[in-house]
Amino acid sequence: MAETVLRLDDITMQFGGVVAVDNLSLEVKKGEIVALIGPNGAGKTTAFNCITGVYEPTNGRVTLNDEIIAENYPKGKMKALYKGENNGRYAKSVYFTPDAITKRGIARTFQNIRLFKALTVFENVLIAKHMRAKQNVFSATFRLNAKEEKRMQKEAMQLLEAQNLAHLKEAIASSLPYGLQRRLEIARALATEPSLLLLDEPAAGMNPQETQELTAFIRRIREEYRLTIFMIEHHMDLVMKISERIYVIDFGKLISQGTAGEVQNDQRVIDAYLGVADDAEN
Amino acid sequence: MGEKNLKNAGMKNIRKKNKTTALFLGALLIVAVVLELFISPTSSLAMLLTVLKKSSIYALVAVSMNLLNGFTGLFSLGQAGFMLLGAYTYAIFTIPAAERSSVYMYYDSAVNLSFPEVLETSLGGFGMVLGVLIALVLAGLAAAGIAYLIGLPVLRLKSDYLAIATLGFAEIIRAIFQWGKLGPVTNGSNPLKSYVRLKAFELNFGNLTISLSTFVLILLAMLCIGMIVLLVNSSYGRAFKAIREDEIAAEAMGINLYRHKQLAFCISSFFAGVGGAMLAMFANTVQANNFKAVMTYEILLIVVLGGIGSISGSCIAAVLFIFASEWWLRGLDSGTFLGINAPLIFRNGFRLVIFSLIIMAVVLFFRKGIMGDKELPYHIARLKERIKARHSTRKAKAGEQNG
Ligand SMILES: Nc1ncnc2c1ncn2[C@@H]1O[C@H](COP(=O)(O)OP(=O)(O)OP(=O)(O)O)[C@@H](O)[C@H]1O
Ligand SMILES: [Mg+2]
Repeated sequence: MAETVLRLDDITMQFGGVVAVDNLSLEVKKGEIVALIGPNGAGKTTAFNCITGVYEPTNGRVTLNDEIIAENYPKGKMKALYKGENNGRYAKSVYFTPDAITKRGIARTFQNIRLFKALTVFENVLIAKHMRAKQNVFSATFRLNAKEEKRMQKEAMQLLEAQNLAHLKEAIASSLPYGLQRRLEIARALATEPSLLLLDEPAAGMNPQETQELTAFIRRIREEYRLTIFMIEHHMDLVMKISERIYVIDFGKLISQGTAGEVQNDQRVIDAYLGVADDAEN
Repeated sequence: MGEKNLKNAGMKNIRKKNKTTALFLGALLIVAVVLELFISPTSSLAMLLTVLKKSSIYALVAVSMNLLNGFTGLFSLGQAGFMLLGAYTYAIFTIPAAERSSVYMYYDSAVNLSFPEVLETSLGGFGMVLGVLIALVLAGLAAAGIAYLIGLPVLRLKSDYLAIATLGFAEIIRAIFQWGKLGPVTNGSNPLKSYVRLKAFELNFGNLTISLSTFVLILLAMLCIGMIVLLVNSSYGRAFKAIREDEIAAEAMGINLYRHKQLAFCISSFFAGVGGAMLAMFANTVQANNFKAVMTYEILLIVVLGGIGSISGSCIAAVLFIFASEWWLRGLDSGTFLGINAPLIFRNGFRLVIFSLIIMAVVLFFRKGIMGDKELPYHIARLKERIKARHSTRKAKAGEQNG
């Protein structure tokens, strides 16, 4: 049995009176590709944001390779407002900023691509190498880090070559076609040397052929970089084809889990998607 | 095809950027040295040198501001305050012991240490220069230290608060430095003077006096700007740009926002402090009252005119700005301009009217400043490309006619 990489226990995220993620527990095991699906506004992105430190969950715990990377319980104003479950189960408050989470090995992409738009493709990837460098401002400014800088540039270049982006090295990131921007964002995430990759709707806005390519691409990077992948996706083709397990949430709550076949035939999932069947298609 | 070449030429080599900025400043230096050494000073030449010196100081401070506004995406309005800190620190630590009592007329001078003086007695002329350098670094450190304290709470908040906090700081620091209780250190509202000035940089060989005073400032500015250019093109510079482009993405790529913002803010303030110290070297006296918000706005204007995010732009704009305001347009205030004598029109205040109009025109025609966010080499490459294109079309036309 593979070891657990990521574990969410009773994660609840409440914004004012809105419970965006409601008592969500799930597990991602080493080397797996796991999908998180659900209708629009179900709370998928919010769940990602709780894992990556963009938000501090209101209640619950996130564990990465046995280290607690986030834990919280309703306090302050939330004490009275809290509408979720399991109040009182957690008593600690642990929070790391997103950069500290990335340092611990979780990298992510964003639903609405967030590249460094005015910078070049190469710079985009190179910047992600900054975090693991040993240099300091002084050594970097006065080029005493020449060796390290060279290594960073070489590794960034290798990533671009592996993703077939090398010929676009000097292009401005925002000038790339949509599909390539997505791929660049993944390359940039890989540059942080993650063990767990979170992809937020990587196929959004892609045509069937691009989606096909992406499927192969995700499989390939999992092998090449020995990744565990946790992804949000609307394209059912993609989800069914590549994920080993699927979690389905609706209104922030987990409503089903299992293999593609199991989830597809679950009445609760069918019900949840019925009203928004169109979204599931595109 | 032209597009592509242009892109390559503009961004191929980061080093090229450094080189051209260095070349530009180097040219400035050489002009200054040649003028200083080989032409006997006439009034307009003296003017040229003075203006050149002042431009180099403003160029440095503008570049330091650009590091923050243009490269890190933080908006600070404290430049004058940090310059004030630098100027005072420099002056306080270079006033010779013998002059202390006459400078601090109403107070007992609390600091009685002059680095250039102390080091000169033990190391001679070299010691004097070393002392001045130490005082300059101290000036920078004083500014950076205060910046760090401001950044401690403010840089954890949203970026907008920095502008307000630094503007407030610049006003408060001016009041504090004129406060009587601090008189033993700051001399209250009285000016500091008799500190080591540029005049000190004169080499005497018997009868021959070579004055290094002109290019000491330009050289210093070059050194500092060179360091900023190196920083901007380093891994840290890239991290700053990432923060400018998208804070959330930068953070997700492992860049600690607070730490890197604090770093950019302190380094920017360090060089503003050094710039302030250089302004002290340039002027006769240091007085808190001269470091008003207007100074910050002038520097901001230079940054905007040159192009936010362009170091060579800031340098060029600083030279143009200072030359225009201090020299070329002077006549507009004093009766005669371009040989036209019209005291009724060209009188006090008219210069500012014309100057504002020119600036408005520049801003209208160059929406993103003279240089945009690109450096000089990019524009040179583009110009070459254009000339080449014109050449080849002409050739093609000629060929058509022949054939
Ligand atoms: N910062 C916030 N403040 C208040 N409400 C929020 C915030 N972020 C998300 N929400 C709310 O939480 C709910 C879940 O949003 P979320 O973006 O997580 O959905 P999603 O499952 O990713 O949907 P989509 O498929 O459209 O991307 C929505 O109702 C949204 O309005
Ligand atoms: Mg979403």
